[in-house]
Amino acid sequence: MTLFHQIKFLIRKEIMLEWRSRYALNGILLYVVSTVFVCYLSFREITNPPTWNALFWIIMLFASVNAITKSFMQESRGRHLYYYTITGPHAIIISKIIYNVLLMLLLSVIALGFYTLVFKNPVGDPLFYMLSVLLGSISFASVFTMISGIASKAGNGGSLMAILSFPVIIPLLLVLIKLSKNALDGLDRSVSLNEIAILLAINVIVITTSLLLFPYLWRD
Amino acid sequence: MNKSWWKILAVVLVLFSIIGGFLFQVPAKPILNESIRNIHFHVPMWFAMIAMLAVSFVYSIKYLNKGNENDDLMAVESANVGIIFGILGLVTGMIWAKYTWGEPWSNDPKQNSSAIALLIYMAYLVLRNSMEEEQKRGKISSVYNVFAFPIMVVLLFVLPRMTDSLHPGNGGNPGFNTKDMAPELRPIFYPACLGWILISVWITTLRYRIRKQENLIS
Repeated sequence: MTLFHQIKFLIRKEIMLEWRSRYALNGILLYVVSTVFVCYLSFREITNPPTWNALFWIIMLFASVNAITKSFMQESRGRHLYYYTITGPHAIIISKIIYNVLLMLLLSVIALGFYTLVFKNPVGDPLFYMLSVLLGSISFASVFTMISGIASKAGNGGSLMAILSFPVIIPLLLVLIKLSKNALDGLDRSVSLNEIAILLAINVIVITTSLLLFPYLWRD
Repeated sequence: MNKSWWKILAVVLVLFSIIGGFLFQVPAKPILNESIRNIHFHVPMWFAMIAMLAVSFVYSIKYLNKGNENDDLMAVESANVGIIFGILGLVTGMIWAKYTWGEPWSNDPKQNSSAIALLIYMAYLVLRNSMEEEQKRGKISSVYNVFAFPIMVVLLFVLPRMTDSLHPGNGGNPGFNTKDMAPELRPIFYPACLGWILISVWITTLRYRIRKQENLIS
């Protein structure tokens, strides 16, 4: 089987596993919705657009850490050994990243929808804001997938994941907040091209280093 | 590296930069005034930090490729020394900022970025301490080190340049590059950078050798 076929199979496997139990998916959706609701009950209303923006990204940050932490931890050692015999490390990491991107897209669309439902939506350029959310999902997925692999190998779940991932995601988060702030204010789109380029560049760096490093991490 | 000439050179250069940094003539600038002398102490700290973190990065790659335990020791010790120099750089910068910007921490992008960079490497040390088994620890922490280094480079050298910053060298302010820096500062600044980098290498090799002996005994 070629790499492409392997990746397709592995993604299908991830989606099927998820669909059969639906435990993780429903759990994380409920997590987002209840977090937004907690924020709503404590803030009541947000009149300041930068606060609106920052709160949205903080909710997304915690939701995505929770969603992606599971991507390696839920699989047993035996299953990893089984993958080892049938595929290569590159297929596994690429399929995990793609699956997590899909998961994050779903999650962020639902989060954004519910968030704008409860809080009054001040977005000036909704289409461009969606683009920043899309880039955000890709960035979160690409960074957290590798880190969740590292944290799960270290055998010390949640707390290690947060410690390792937060400093690494902050640079991306800063750019994302700036980009979405521009969309929020409805600035001319050409202003934000720099930020988009930087985000794409960081993602390319992160994904290539993941591809280079995962084979080392994988082999016990 | 066992020769002693470079250690003597390091001490001479650092001594020269301390004496020269405090006593030699400096250009009189508004706001900066005599605080401009800090360039001989603050900037070399960051040079030493970057040098040591780069060494750590290279040794982590070497460890992943060859699996030699000593490479891992070198990677962690150079990261340790890099963190110490990073903290010194942050503190010298904060003292300077107190007198020129008005407060030690003014939410400047450069300050924030360097604090985050230190967090990344402290996370690296926490990750190491969370594991007992040596080979597993070496491998997983090397992977994290190699993964985090490019992001740290973006954080320190790309992001602060994109936003407004008061820090010299960013946001259109003059920095230490060849066309901005006053000629009378250069004869002290360059030896200071080289001297502190050599000192950091020296500290790293000392710590590395101590750790190697400890491993032999235990």
